[in-house]
Amino acid sequence: MPGPDTGRSNGVVTATPDDCLARNDWICGAYLSSRGQILLDAVLQHLRLTGLAVLIGLALALPLAVVARRWRWASGPVLAVTTILYTIPSLAMFSLLLPLYGLSASLVVAGLVLYSLTLLVRNILAGLRAVPEETRQAARGLGYGPVRLLLTVELPLALPAAMAGLRIATVSAVSLVTVGAIVGFGGLGNLIYAGMNTYFKAQVLTASVLCVVIAVVADLLLLGVQRLLTPWTRAARG
Amino acid sequence: MTTLADAWHWLTDPAHWSGDNGIAHRLLQHLVLTVVCLVVSCLIALPVALVLGHLGRGGALAVNLSNIGRAVPTFAVLVLLLLTPVGRWGEGPTVVALVLFAVPPLLTNAYVGMREVDRDVVRAARGMGMTGRQTLLRVELPLALPLVMNGVRIAAVQLVATATIAALAGGGGLGRIITAGFNLASTPQVVAGAVLVAVFALVVEAVFETVERLAPRWARAAR
Repeated sequence: MPGPDTGRSNGVVTATPDDCLARNDWICGAYLSSRGQILLDAVLQHLRLTGLAVLIGLALALPLAVVARRWRWASGPVLAVTTILYTIPSLAMFSLLLPLYGLSASLVVAGLVLYSLTLLVRNILAGLRAVPEETRQAARGLGYGPVRLLLTVELPLALPAAMAGLRIATVSAVSLVTVGAIVGFGGLGNLIYAGMNTYFKAQVLTASVLCVVIAVVADLLLLGVQRLLTPWTRAARG
Repeated sequence: MTTLADAWHWLTDPAHWSGDNGIAHRLLQHLVLTVVCLVVSCLIALPVALVLGHLGRGGALAVNLSNIGRAVPTFAVLVLLLLTPVGRWGEGPTVVALVLFAVPPLLTNAYVGMREVDRDVVRAARGMGMTGRQTLLRVELPLALPLVMNGVRIAAVQLVATATIAALAGGGGLGRIITAGFNLASTPQVVAGAVLVAVFALVVEAVFETVERLAPRWARAAR
């Protein structure tokens, strides 16, 4: 591949310009400057796929966990199905969804939703179950109906466990998006896949590092949100 | 529905079961990779975790390793390994990646299991004159066994998944049926491969479930 203009075009034809792209170095500043737009697009696709999957997962997991908590018979099947889904390897999951969604971004999002569902349902359910019975009775004694009890007492108390699940689900989703490269919608995974086929070291390393950076930043952001939403957990510790 | 029928036809065609790219060979590869790497990972992770747990040292590392492992994409590690000198050595990248991703859950669960043993029991063992090694092997390890086994189970499921993704980076195993299907644009083959992988993963999970059910009461997780 041609490297960026090195200012040697004055008659001297060099077969390989001496820069880190031509040398195929792992770390390469010229790669960052010449392909910034491609990297940005990949990062944005990565964020879009992850965000969409986790949000849909959350929207589905919350009612499922509440149902499993309210009716004891429902918790067995809900937990069994989500566990089975979680056991299926990501590549197989995306492939099983191929007849339904074709080669599309929806396929990747749907696969990721199924994974985040497991983590979220388990954690939200654990949080709801950990609400002390006395607390529930006290709220009922104050005249709280079942809906108000759920929204203003049980869900806030389940928030730390739910947020822990959300953080794990988000970090896992960031990492799993890369497998979406098999259908061409893998965010940074696309760059890793293309870099593998052309032995382009700088591209593979840069995209991999960005993946980890996104995961860490997302985790820290959610931790911050959790602190803001649950000030009482800090007060109790301090 | 026709896709499922086509996938079934693909699966039941004897021609697809034989040969180097056949289902039987890929199944064997997947099984060998999973079992060998599980044994290697256990040999690496468990002694370290048990000793660290016994001494009560290095807890932050042992616990955080799982979180780090989750944030690093399997696919990225496989491709990075492929481009290093390890890549020239056949299944090298696959084996190294498999072990790398199986070690964190083993380490974390075994360590937590050792630390969750009732301190009074450990003190009683010391009071009876047991040496450190005796306490570790006869008291702490049996009590930590349910969590240690839980770690082995998570590691095994992780190994099956990683071995599948290895196909994207040219590794062997059942995932190759899926990637070959994508290259041939053959949806039936992709679905058939995916079903094989899913069934394989669920069988592994079921084996551990059965072992846990058959285990004596003291070795079972308290649920």
